[in-house]
Amino acid sequence: MTFAAPVETKSIRFRARSFVAFTLTPEAPLSEWLESLDRWIGNSPGYFAGRPVVLNLNTLKPEVGQIETLVAELGLRGIRIYAIELDGSTALEPNLPPVLIGAKEATAGLLMQADSKGRPEEAGRAEEGRAEPGKQPEDRQPDAPATLMVKTPIRSGQSVFYAHGDVIVLGSVASGSEIVAAGSIHVYGTLRGRASAGVLGHSAARIFCRKNEAELLSVDGWYCTAEEMEPSLRGKAVQAFLEKDTLRIAPFS
Amino acid sequence: MGKVVVVTSGKGGVGKTTSTAALGAAVARTGKKVALVDFDVGLRNLDLIMGAERRVVFDLVNVIQGTAKLSQALIRDKRVETLFLLPASQTRDKDALTEEGVGEVIDKLRSVFDYVFCDSPAGIERGAQLAMRFADEAVIVTNPEVSSVRDSDRIIGLLDARTVKAERGEQIAKHVLVTRYDAARAARGEMLSIDDVLEILSTPLLGIIPESQDVLKASNLGSPVTLSDPTNSAARAYIEAAKRLEGEELPVVVPFERKGFLDRLFGRRAA
Repeated sequence: MTFAAPVETKSIRFRARSFVAFTLTPEAPLSEWLESLDRWIGNSPGYFAGRPVVLNLNTLKPEVGQIETLVAELGLRGIRIYAIELDGSTALEPNLPPVLIGAKEATAGLLMQADSKGRPEEAGRAEEGRAEPGKQPEDRQPDAPATLMVKTPIRSGQSVFYAHGDVIVLGSVASGSEIVAAGSIHVYGTLRGRASAGVLGHSAARIFCRKNEAELLSVDGWYCTAEEMEPSLRGKAVQAFLEKDTLRIAPFS
Repeated sequence: MGKVVVVTSGKGGVGKTTSTAALGAAVARTGKKVALVDFDVGLRNLDLIMGAERRVVFDLVNVIQGTAKLSQALIRDKRVETLFLLPASQTRDKDALTEEGVGEVIDKLRSVFDYVFCDSPAGIERGAQLAMRFADEAVIVTNPEVSSVRDSDRIIGLLDARTVKAERGEQIAKHVLVTRYDAARAARGEMLSIDDVLEILSTPLLGIIPESQDVLKASNLGSPVTLSDPTNSAARAYIEAAKRLEGEELPVVVPFERKGFLDRLFGRRAA
């Protein structure tokens, strides 16, 4: 009753992998757009260093020659384009980054990248993955921790940046320090510094602290400084969250 | 092998040099061999407070640059046999210190002395970072006021990141020494309370030095307060702090104001 395993089942496994990329969407007139980009880079130099960037050309709809100069222009600014989004075209010149199909905003889940060139099986798999969003968490690396636990107090002048998920601080966060997290922020000591949660566009993120003395609280870009805060919320255990695009700070009863 | 203790602070004028001299003298009085090293190149002060300013021939920069031997530059204290001072240079600029040079000098001192106290310049610049670089322990001197505590917090962060011990993955032992504590003003809420300071810094307390005219008087006389008048309250607080530094378990008593009958009647007020 023993059979040799059929050859067909010993196939190569193709798996989808998702990652978050930043999207740049140039608008006409291009020179003005580049100018404002330069200003932005001037304010936060090194922001794009080593980050995957996708170029969304659906608004601009340029010609092929224009794309080449645009990619070169961005290259001069240290921005390397990983892929191009352009409806209606399946492939560009081989010297340009590959075309990206069906990308989603990170807020609606993770981006799925289908490498449509040369590997049809994988592309097919990726299509499946997109059809069933419930499958996506399995595609994450199992050993990557989604939470950063900080066991020491965060000192004045220190900055904690965590782009993968929540940050838990067991001690206090000193004034003059900051925590920046893609997910939520939990502080079990006194929060005296700045806390920014959901910075990569995650409006459901929250900030929790045992004692609120914060200089600034922000969720998904909406912020509240110490001066704007209700005096009754200071020194209390609070949580900060977004409600209809306004930042609410509520005490724990 | 001796222990290297850096006395540091973020803000200037909190009493680092006074504390270095007082703690060093207190430890040396117990018979331990102690070296005090002034890292404040360009602004030397420790020799003044130790009353040795006229005996300075060679200094730390000379030793590091190889123009003098360590034994030539070390000044022995006239009052306590086991107390030595390595002064800073006032004429050289502060870039004269190199990391390798400082490391070599500290290693030599460590092999001869039981305790090496490094008096750090204020701030977070290179001089302060070199002073803490090779330390095993740190005494963070702070006043009970917000700006001083904030800057101390910054320094503690640097101690956990930029010292050789921290880079090896070990913990550098840290102690907070609160100086110029005025019990009357603390009671009126004009100063941060000790609890607030410790809560913000979350670092163990080494001692509380009360604000005292005796400290200033002793400094001007060129004598550490623990030698000139060991019975006054500030000197006693320093001596107890030195004992804690040596590992003795002593409870820290927060000084409170003793009010006499007349004081209570008229309500003494600080200017």
